[in-house]
Amino acid sequence: MQNPAMTEAVYYILLSLTEPRHGYGIIQNVERLSNGRVRLAAGTLYGAINTLLEKGYIRALPEIKDSRKKEYELTQVGRAAILDEISRLEELLTNGKQMMEVSL
Amino acid sequence: MRTVIRKWFWAWDFDKEEAWLNEMAAKGLGLVSVGFARYEFEDCIPGEYSFRIELLEQFPDHPVSRKYIEFIEETGAEQVGSIMKWVYFRKKTADGPFDLFSDNQSRIKHLQRIILLLFIVAIVNIISGCYNLLLVFLWHSYVNLLGLLNLLLAAGILCGTLRLLKKKNRLSREGRIFE
Repeated sequence: MQNPAMTEAVYYILLSLTEPRHGYGIIQNVERLSNGRVRLAAGTLYGAINTLLEKGYIRALPEIKDSRKKEYELTQVGRAAILDEISRLEELLTNGKQMMEVSL
Repeated sequence: MRTVIRKWFWAWDFDKEEAWLNEMAAKGLGLVSVGFARYEFEDCIPGEYSFRIELLEQFPDHPVSRKYIEFIEETGAEQVGSIMKWVYFRKKTADGPFDLFSDNQSRIKHLQRIILLLFIVAIVNIISGCYNLLLVFLWHSYVNLLGLLNLLLAAGILCGTLRLLKKKNRLSREGRIFE
């Protein structure tokens, strides 16, 4: 039932879409969230967005006026996927901290 | 002031082509138009722009390509030209480092697209070359010895493709540990 691990980029993209954002907004937000560590490239982001749209994790918001910058937001399915991923990461973190403390 | 430079890059050397365009930009010549083995530059502030090249899945005026190009442009880049399915983008270096791909998965996909194109061209040349040589053999039509050029080209293309395959495999192997 559980999904395999999400890539870091996808995790941060989904996290960024808890509020509606357009492509460039996602890139900026992810850079901010990761303190400059994760820099999404536009081509990679485009592919990721299309895959996420196909899987129903995000939806494109209807384009208002002629702003042309399409915005995206998380769906319920996407929300559930992030929560799944967070619990997976928590398991990794708990085990990691435990075992590395023990071996030190 | 416009400067035109005639230069040829093989498809498998697209990264060298990119590097050359960025070198020119560092010297104050920014690419503004591309033609067949022909590059047009406009004077610019040295290092003002960074350039990237990508092979699209469709021709640039195809709706799918247009959507992609528009998305890229929304993130601050500009299309400066195209030739066949290759597009050339530029972005102001002041905006930060310019990359089209930030993970191995998308880099691999791009390489695969180029490798496929090269394979197809190589195969077409092999078929054409063999056919031409067959004509030489059957009808002593010596003009068809030009078929040897087809085969030579195919061989060259396959060598170039091999280089890209090695690059792709290196990226794939890296993906076994880090994503």
